[in-house]
Amino acid sequence: MSGGKRGLLALYLLFTLLPIYWLLSMSLKTNQEILGAFSLWPESLNLHAYIRILTDPSWYMGYVNSLTYVLMNMTISILVALPAAYAFSRFRFIGDKHLFFWLLTNLMAPPAVFLLPYFQLYYSVGLFDTHIAVALAHCLFNIPLAVWILEGFMSSVPKEVDETAYIDGYSFPAFFVKIFIPMIRSGIGVTLFFLFMFSWVELLLARTLTATNAQPIGAIMTRTSTASGVDWATLAAAGTLTIVPGLLVVYFVRNHIAKGFALGRT
Amino acid sequence: MDKREYQWAWLMVLPVLVLVAFSAVIPLMTVVNYSLQDILGRSSFFVGSEWFKETLNNPRLQSALLRQFAFSFTILAIQIPLGIGIALLMPKRGWQASAVLILITMPLLVPWNVVGSIWQIFTRGDIGLAGFTIRELGYDYNITANAVDAWVTIIIMDIWHWTPLVALLCYSGLRSIPEAYFQAARIDRASKWATFRYIQLPKLTNVLVIAVLLRFMHSFMIYAEPFVLTGGGPGSSTTFLSQSLATMAIAQQDLGPSAAFSIIYFLIILAVSYVFYVTIMNMQKEKAAQQGAGGAE
Repeated sequence: MSGGKRGLLALYLLFTLLPIYWLLSMSLKTNQEILGAFSLWPESLNLHAYIRILTDPSWYMGYVNSLTYVLMNMTISILVALPAAYAFSRFRFIGDKHLFFWLLTNLMAPPAVFLLPYFQLYYSVGLFDTHIAVALAHCLFNIPLAVWILEGFMSSVPKEVDETAYIDGYSFPAFFVKIFIPMIRSGIGVTLFFLFMFSWVELLLARTLTATNAQPIGAIMTRTSTASGVDWATLAAAGTLTIVPGLLVVYFVRNHIAKGFALGRT
Repeated sequence: MDKREYQWAWLMVLPVLVLVAFSAVIPLMTVVNYSLQDILGRSSFFVGSEWFKETLNNPRLQSALLRQFAFSFTILAIQIPLGIGIALLMPKRGWQASAVLILITMPLLVPWNVVGSIWQIFTRGDIGLAGFTIRELGYDYNITANAVDAWVTIIIMDIWHWTPLVALLCYSGLRSIPEAYFQAARIDRASKWATFRYIQLPKLTNVLVIAVLLRFMHSFMIYAEPFVLTGGGPGSSTTFLSQSLATMAIAQQDLGPSAAFSIIYFLIILAVSYVFYVTIMNMQKEKAAQQGAGGAE
């Protein structure tokens, strides 16, 4: 790789990292230091904001709540999307194209449109302020997304694979679990990445459907801004901690991203 | 691929249908219901297209719609070429490839309201690195008072946030090109530009359609980031559609007009997504036809 290319890439990485560095640096300062003289780095590593968040249940439960509904949503979405994507990739049936298009339209439905009806719907069925309410609400866009991505990966597996397995005497469930799923492993990895991503970052629905028991961290963070000013250090520390789960997920799927991110559609 | 006709496949699709219908159809019916009625406490009466007329003639919403289109097209025009460029620059293998991948993906996994907070902290004139530096350089940068500053900041924030998605899609598309193509290009002494134009770009069409589709729809429903960063201001210069709708539905409790607004909003997205859907389907057909021809050779 030439020097010029390296330089440009380094410049872009700097652009990506600077705002994150600034967040991290803020989280390690005290509020007096933040509002006092401008400095590029913290004078000393001050962990009081992190300690406060990680020892106060009203703070750290926000992370637990968010992760709970995200994991619930990922489980539901992938389990129902796998057979559906298989059906779309292998069979023709009445209304298949219309159904697929209808699913895609939900991927594009703005959450703001559904705010009010969701609130009323989940309130009336007694699911308001539960993790499952948010997990189900996020299914609106995550199930169509999972079906769409998996369908791409499944269609790139030759049909002969299925036929050979049947001739070898595999039943459909055995074939699906033992042969087919391992073949689209990176597809499933990338799908899970996307499911995590969109459920973890969404706040509008998550905030509307919860009050106290299942409140996501994003909603709890607004507490840092009070009439007497903003608690910058705590806000920055809470923000920094929201990046951590995402980093772990990227780390685990890094080898699948290179190939699988094209969603099986190259 | 030739698909077999099999009506029992419906059973495999059924769970998806039920779950998505619960999340989409019932709420959508509620919205349609509200959009046609005037509800005052317990009594309601049918008003037909009244709310739709009111919504379409509401100058605040008209300007939010224009702003929304301007925003979506601006970020597409910047992010797509930039994403392709970055994908071309990224190292292909080794630990550097993994490291760059992880760093580039980071902004995608930051919760959207935290993205707003990050940029708020970064661009404030008193405590923000960027805001402070720009002010030191002599420009009176202020996103709470100057609409142009606010716009530029939101666009840069969106580039920071979403260009990685385009870059990763393109990177993955580029990885799928067999090495033999590049060897052939070297033998033909093809220029870098020719290699890009005739080998890499055609291979990227599919992923680029996906990138444009995803970027369009997410930019069209952008909410949390500008809400946290600028609160829609100064004035209403950065109030996009979702925020107008949320204000109307939750803060003002204008059920009828906000429901009518929801439906118009949804129809616009539906129309655009239909165009994309047809494009994708046609591309798949063409690809299948090409493969068929390739197999016959």
